[in-house]
Amino acid sequence: MVVVDDLHVVYRVYGGGGDRGTAATALMRMLRRQRRPSIREVHAIRGISFVANRGDAVGVIGRNGSGKSTLLRAIAGLLPPEKGAVYTDGHGALLGVNAALLDDLTGEKNVVLGCLAMGMSRQEVRDRYQSIVEFSGVGDFVNLPMKTYSTGMGSRLRFAIASAKSHDILLIDEALATGDAEFRVKSHRRIDELRAEAGTVFLVAHNLGEIEETCNRVIWLEKGRIIRAGEDVAAIVDAYLEATGGEPRRREPAPT
Amino acid sequence: MSGSRPSGGGRLSAPGALADTSVAAEGASLPGQDAGLPAEPLAALAARYGLKPSAARPPLLDYLRQLWQRRYFIVGFATARNVAMYTEARLGQVWQILTPLLNVAVYYLIFGLILNTSHGVHNFVAFLVIGVFVFNFTQRSFIIASRVMWDSLPLIRALYFPRACLPLGYVLIELQQLMMSFVVVFAIVLISGEPLTWYWLLIIPVLVLQTLFNVGAAFILARFGAGFDDVSQLLPFIVRTWFYASGVMFSIQTFNTLARHPVVAKVLQYNPAAIYITLARNALMRSQRLSIPGAKPYNAARCALYHQARAVNYLNSAYCHAVASQTGLWLAGAAWAVVVLVAGFAFFWRAEVQYGRG
Repeated sequence: MVVVDDLHVVYRVYGGGGDRGTAATALMRMLRRQRRPSIREVHAIRGISFVANRGDAVGVIGRNGSGKSTLLRAIAGLLPPEKGAVYTDGHGALLGVNAALLDDLTGEKNVVLGCLAMGMSRQEVRDRYQSIVEFSGVGDFVNLPMKTYSTGMGSRLRFAIASAKSHDILLIDEALATGDAEFRVKSHRRIDELRAEAGTVFLVAHNLGEIEETCNRVIWLEKGRIIRAGEDVAAIVDAYLEATGGEPRRREPAPT
Repeated sequence: MSGSRPSGGGRLSAPGALADTSVAAEGASLPGQDAGLPAEPLAALAARYGLKPSAARPPLLDYLRQLWQRRYFIVGFATARNVAMYTEARLGQVWQILTPLLNVAVYYLIFGLILNTSHGVHNFVAFLVIGVFVFNFTQRSFIIASRVMWDSLPLIRALYFPRACLPLGYVLIELQQLMMSFVVVFAIVLISGEPLTWYWLLIIPVLVLQTLFNVGAAFILARFGAGFDDVSQLLPFIVRTWFYASGVMFSIQTFNTLARHPVVAKVLQYNPAAIYITLARNALMRSQRLSIPGAKPYNAARCALYHQARAVNYLNSAYCHAVASQTGLWLAGAAWAVVVLVAGFAFFWRAEVQYGRG
């Protein structure tokens, strides 16, 4: 269960100039008692409140830069709220697009270490190893370093690892977008299972079909605020499409 | 925080219904806007369901328990990283031993042969090798710890685990490397003419204390390094200075100039790196054990004899005054280890929820 209460998130961006700096510039800065040059503030989330229950799959839609990823990170506890709060009953696992876990290690090591890091016992890891690898479908690549994987393979393996344990909160930030059709079906099924195990799933996707298939609720963000939110997924998705200049989605008639 | 939502937004709904409050104008009046927020303040609702702020730090005991539960992760992580570290190099794992050995060769050439800082040190090769390898352990732990939180960002963001696993794991990597390279150290020390004695077993408590100290310091540096990048930029300078001040390639016990500056001598000898290096040398080298100042009761005449002809009368340095006694070094080494470990762990834990941010 996730309660978001009037959440504001502000990023502090260390301004440009490619300032990673050498040892000499770092020393000069300390001698002159200067802060990092030009810190800019970006108000990414501007007062969001909602309640998501156990078993919910919440889709988050919106244009680029509307605050979707920021919201997910704040729920995962990775961004401090400037004002307001996020309340959860457990820790979240956040899956992003381009985050390999330990990219110089083999897929096998990633599975084992990832599961151990999530707090599984060694016996549990041994029991589940085979099913995780099978689910990911990476096949023989499991013995190669993860950095040699294609984007799709990497995200499949990461999803397989993170979803091996039933999480209280699973946050998926476009992590399924690179998977193929077969994997989408599998991951969809796995998300349904996680929901049945009383986890809460958040899904950020630009593929609105994926949102409609997977989610029972949807939040539409624009410039850090909620435009619309609710259980009427199809209507909100259509309204979003209309606002962004797209055509409403054609749907099969709902099965009765 | 609590009750801060705008009053106009919510109708009462079933618990858990998803709803927005700050409704923008265009969406507000549309049908399909089926839900509002519960009537009670959200903070109260969260409290009623026993929810906690997502960015909350676990209590210290809980944290320790979680850390213990992850012990296989820490060990597995260290081992895997160790194996992967040199996979891109053709000589592979050999570099673990080759790198410090090449360092030793350079230092021996510069300090032993050209500058001749070895004066008064019997068996300078063994002296230098132990110093370089022991210091290298602390140096690498420090430098890696200052970068570990940055380097592990993807892992930190993807999965929840106590972040203290990371500095701990990386120091363990260095310890594993040290233990492998100590095979070479033992060989060089034996070949250079030191006898194998029961004193060698003392190297175990020395390395245990040094490891505890390194872990504690790694916690501190990891938190600093996660906060601002300047630390990892400046650290090499600091460590280099420390290297020259810790008697890696000269004996701070018998160095002439230091005898005239008792405070400086005390500071240098009680600095943790120098303590662990000296204790390691005394464990493995008979010539050091017998010749270190304070090993014998003070005798002015014999001490003077040493200062007249250092190389010939090297054993007579044992009759000089010791700045730091052997017992003193052991106690100080243990104190450094315990204090830095406890303080470092607490310091790291206090910022637990801040790692991975940004």
